Parts: sequence; structure tokens; C-alpha cells
Amino acid sequence: MNKMENMKGAKALMMAMEKEGVKQVFGLPGGANLPMYDEFARCNIRHILVRHEQSAAHMADGFGRVSRKAGVCFATSGPGATNILTGIATAQADSAPMIAVTGQVPVAMIGRDAFQESDIIGMANPVVKYAFQPRTAAEIPEVVKKGFFIAETGRPGPVLIDIPKDVQTNEAEMVFPEEFKIQGYHPWADPDIVNVEKAIDMLLHSEKPIILAGGGTIISSAFAELQAIAEALMLPVVTTFKGKGAFPENHPLSLGPIGMHGHAEANKMMAEADCVLAIGTRFSDRSVGTFEAFEKRLKIIHMDVDPAEIGKNQTAQIAVVGDVRASLRIMVKLLLQRAIKKTEETPWIKHVKETKAYWKENLKLHPGELGAAKILRKLRELLPKESIVTTEVGQHQMWASLFYDVIQPGTFFSSTGLGTMGWGFPAAIGAKVAKPDVPVVDIAGDGSFSMTENSLATAVLEDIPVIVFILNNSSLGMVAQWQRTFYDRRMNGVDQGHCPDYVKLAESYGAQGIRAQSMDELDKAIKTALSSDIATVIDIPIDPEEDVLPFVAPGTSLSDMILPS
Amino acid sequence: MWAILSILVENKPGILFKVTHLFRSRNFNIDSISVGVTENPEFSKMTITTYGDEKQVEQIVKQLDKMIDTVKVEHLDEHKTVYRELSLFKIKLSNANDSMEINKLANAYGGKVHDVKRDSIMVELTATPDQIQAFEELAKPFGIIDVARTGVAALQRSGA
Repeated sequence: MNKMENMKGAKALMMAMEKEGVKQVFGLPGGANLPMYDEFARCNIRHILVRHEQSAAHMADGFGRVSRKAGVCFATSGPGATNILTGIATAQADSAPMIAVTGQVPVAMIGRDAFQESDIIGMANPVVKYAFQPRTAAEIPEVVKKGFFIAETGRPGPVLIDIPKDVQTNEAEMVFPEEFKIQGYHPWADPDIVNVEKAIDMLLHSEKPIILAGGGTIISSAFAELQAIAEALMLPVVTTFKGKGAFPENHPLSLGPIGMHGHAEANKMMAEADCVLAIGTRFSDRSVGTFEAFEKRLKIIHMDVDPAEIGKNQTAQIAVVGDVRASLRIMVKLLLQRAIKKTEETPWIKHVKETKAYWKENLKLHPGELGAAKILRKLRELLPKESIVTTEVGQHQMWASLFYDVIQPGTFFSSTGLGTMGWGFPAAIGAKVAKPDVPVVDIAGDGSFSMTENSLATAVLEDIPVIVFILNNSSLGMVAQWQRTFYDRRMNGVDQGHCPDYVKLAESYGAQGIRAQSMDELDKAIKTALSSDIATVIDIPIDPEEDVLPFVAPGTSLSDMILPS
Repeated sequence: MWAILSILVENKPGILFKVTHLFRSRNFNIDSISVGVTENPEFSKMTITTYGDEKQVEQIVKQLDKMIDTVKVEHLDEHKTVYRELSLFKIKLSNANDSMEINKLANAYGGKVHDVKRDSIMVELTATPDQIQAFEELAKPFGIIDVARTGVAALQRSGA
């Protein structure tokens, strides 16, 4: 549409967002974004009010990861904008599509240290995929169009649109473009078929091949292709933590996540493998341990949409650049053409299955009634498979990695890159907005939940019923575990006491609070929460001394796991 | 290895900051930098020289290429490229012969002499960084009062 219409910048922003299909935004008003807020009353976009801008960004992030459409968050200038930065950086670290719209002081005041002025473009530059600051109202429609395109295509990421107040209020002849050009942005590359062919040959000629599926597999929804390849070539599948659930974790070929707190069997098999098909992963230090040790003993086939990931952390023998789903589709097609389908169990697969069975049987678990494994397996048992789970950051997150099996691919989300405490609950709210018909559960720890617990107000007032599942050890559990392990039990700054009372806290916000002190109570609590139509907090007191094990200490390799004694 | 990178960017405010910040945040160093508009005012060209092994240089090229404001990034082959840096040296004159000696030295390196005073002389030299370094070594015994060097500007030879 190239129709010219005269209107204010703020109105053009809303119209441009409506054209992008935006149905709701998460945000908090302030002086510098009031003209935009004034327009919410006159458009079809729902505004969901938060209590802190960081949560607005996490909600938009959760919405974006589930819907694959950019979630939108709003903040005012100055502190509003700086508050939202953590959420933006989190989305960048995990390649989540997001549009953050901040208010800014009027153009003439920029650079004069005006009230609530911050150079948010300068501050955000390292943690955004791109940042815009339109200086005239007429630029807004094209900026929005480009912003959504950049946020959602290629390797997705957050885009900041910082709009000075006078740009919001000025009127201009608006053109809403359908086409535009961004000279230096090439989000798509066609995967090289020859390299895919070479990858197949390398996998066929390896004795101990393995698939490592990363977050990119989930972002591109390459689930069916991944499964087809694993089954045709009979390859065991491990995931990074961000790739958890890219492959059904109840599948016989699934070994679960590798890494610092990966499954023992996944780490063992990854450490024994001689060739890895790595899909949509940056080979994070948390996943592979020391970079040198990892690449020294492995042939690496690396598929990624981002060419800059090839060779960044690991040297690949074969690289396939392009959307990983497109690359895997080519591989599936070539396997069909060449009629490659392994039917006989290889000695490697036999060994993999035996190792997996051994660790399923022999991993020592906490003896208490409310040990983490038992709690999370109970949650898994009672949650429908299509339920969406988010996590906070800490011990509970890693216990979820170990003991909560994702059955339906693409239903598990966590802050894996930046490791942002307080991410899970607001992200769960965003996820629930994206998929209101499935249960959404935030697996939390008391430390992380405390950081954004005021989002209970949003969940209640905006009628977004999510479940918060707190494994409550009254401490900053992961830090406490490191202090026990590496700092000779000098426990500093980790004891949170029994404060607050999360049941009362939930109730004070108008949510439902339930304490579960036995497996029977937990069973009932989960069932109650699932059948409720209000936000529910389930508080589960656990042993503060319980560690997350296995554990690969930082700076060591996957074969050096600390196991429960 | 020493690498010359030629980066065509959109001619917009803030791009220099983004490019230089990328070097800092990715743990690379800039050896020299020069920026100027091109024949097309929509674009600027940055020439950045840096040090790194092959993998590091490949990675910085990829990271620069990924930036939305960069239109083209090239790692120029030093042997197929004309590259020059402009330098100005203010050199001390201690005795009557110094001026003549410095003039000879400047001539040998294709430099020009400016601002001759009783106690100092300024030499302008446009050359490769190596040549400028060599000139500096030879000028040192006279006493260098001040130096200003631009970054390298580079263009690949035709047909290279």
C-alpha cells in the first residue's frame, strides 16, 4: 500500500504495527512515550501492563520464541529504556525475535542531559540485531517495516526503535511501504548441496557419529527433518541446553542435553563420538567444555544460518550455511535418493543404548521424598505433552534439563545464553499470550522468581493464567552449590531465609498459592493448578543441600564429569 | 599476520562507532583506521588494518559482514593492493648539517619538507606503514618532537 495519509508519528507507529499483525504489546508508560500510549485507546492493539520494563522485554521474548513472530515491548526513555536492556540482551543471546520501542526526549533535547534522557541507542548497540532512531515522523512506517523484517528473518534477534517525543507528536504524510531495501542485510543463503552430500558421506564413514542439535533447530522448527535423519542414519541425538526438546526426549535415539549439567549418557557418548553433525549451535562453552579439547578429537559438520558462527568457536571440516531446516531437508532428500536407511543396529548404537540404560538405572538421586528428580518427573507425568515450559536460571533450570523430558519438540524455553534470572515467569506470560490454549509452566527457583515476581500483578490483572512451579531451597542454589564445591563451603550471600512466603505472596496479588510438602500434595497441587483459570504459584520446599549432578566443572572437558557419589 | 580490511558502509551517523565497537567486543585490536566518503555519497569506505591469525581475521571479516550497515567487506591481499599512510614528523634541528641530512632522508623516502624553522623541520611522508617505520628509525637520532600518522588507505589493483 502506498497511500499517503497525514497523521501523527505515534498513530503511524500503531498502524504500522497493526500491518505487521501485532495484536498486543507489553509495556509501561512514562513521560517520553505518552503520545504512543495515547494511541492505544484508538487502535486494535492490546496493551499488557507490566510492573518493571525488564519483564516487558521477557514477556515479548517468550511470546516471540513460541510464536516465531517478534514480540513487542514498550518502555519510556531514561530508566525505562535502561531497565529494558537486560531483556533485550537476553533475547539477543538466544536469538529471539523482538521489537523494543522506547520513548526518547525531543530531538532538540538529545545530547543535553535532559530529564530522563539516556543514549539508549549507544547502550543497546552491542546487544541488538539493529537499532533505529527515526528523527522525523515520516520515517516511522518504513522503520517499523524494516524492524520486523530484521527481527524475524535469518538469525532472529531484538530490534530497538527509539522514538523522540516530538517525532511521536509531529504530523507527516505517511507512506506505508510494502517494499524496501536494506543494502547490507542478506538473511538467507541457499545451502550448498555438495557440502550436504559430503556431510552424509562423512557420517556414513564414521564409526561413532552423533547429532548435536542446538537452539537453531528449534528456531527453524526442523523437528521432522531431524528425526528423519536420525532414524535413517541411526544416529544418537544429543542437544545443547538451548536445543533441549528439538528431538523427542522419549525417543530411543535421544540422549538429552550435553554440557555442564547435561545427562551423564549424553556427555559420555559425546566424549566418545568421532564425528558430529552440529545443527544450529554456536558450541557454547557451557555445552562443549574447553573448545580445544572438543575439536581436537572430532570431525565436525556444522550447519548454521549465521555464517559468522562457522569457525567462531569450533573448526568445522564441513560447513553448510543456510536455514538449518532447508539444509536438513536437502539431506533428507539426498538420503531418499540414495536409498540410505540403516536397519541393522551398529555396534555404536548398541553401545549408546546400553550406556543410556545404565545411567537411567544407576544415576544416584536425592533420597528425600521431594528430591528434584521426583518433583520434575511428577510434573512431566501430569502435564499434557503439548504444554509449554519455561525456566528461570539456577539449579532448578539444570534439574529441568536433567529430569523433565520434552516429548513434543519446541515446547521448552530457557534463558540459556545470557542466563538471566527472572526470565522464566514473564516469558511464561508471553508464551501463554502466544498460545492461550495450552498449559504454560515456569519451572522456578526462589532466587530467580524473586527477581520478577511482581509480574504476578500482570498475570492476574490481565487474566493470563500461568503456573509457577518453585523448587524452593531458600537460597541462591546454584551459587551455593559452587561455594560448596569450589569455595570450601564459605557460604556468602546465598541464604534467602524463608522469605517471602510465596503462598501468601501469590494470594496478595490475587493469584492462587499452594504449598506442596509431600508427593501427594504435589500431585494435587499440579492437578489443581491445571484445572484453575487463575495464575497459580506452587511452592515446593526442597533440601537446600541438594546439588545438581552430574556436573562438568568450568574449564574441563565433557569426559571429566563430577558424578553423584 | 597483518591484514588490510576494506569495508564499504552506509554513510550514516554512528557507523564508525559500531564498527570500532565490534572490534572491541569481539576481542580484536585495530592497528589503524581511516574513513572517507566514496564517489557515491550514500557510502563511506573504511580501511582497517589489524593483526591476527588466519582464523581470527576470517572471523572478524564474518562479524563485520554480518553487520547490517556494512555493504561489502574485503580482506585485501597485501601483494595485490596499493596501500598508503600519510605521516607528519616534526624533527629537531640541533646543528647546521641536520637540515640538509633530513632533506636527503626525506627525498630518499619520497617525502616533502614543510615548515622549516631554526630549531625544527616538518616532513610529510606518504608511504606504506613499513616505510614510515623505517623513516622514523632513521629520523630518531635527530630527535623526533612529534608525529602524526593517519590510518592506511588501500585499493586493490585492477585485475588483481
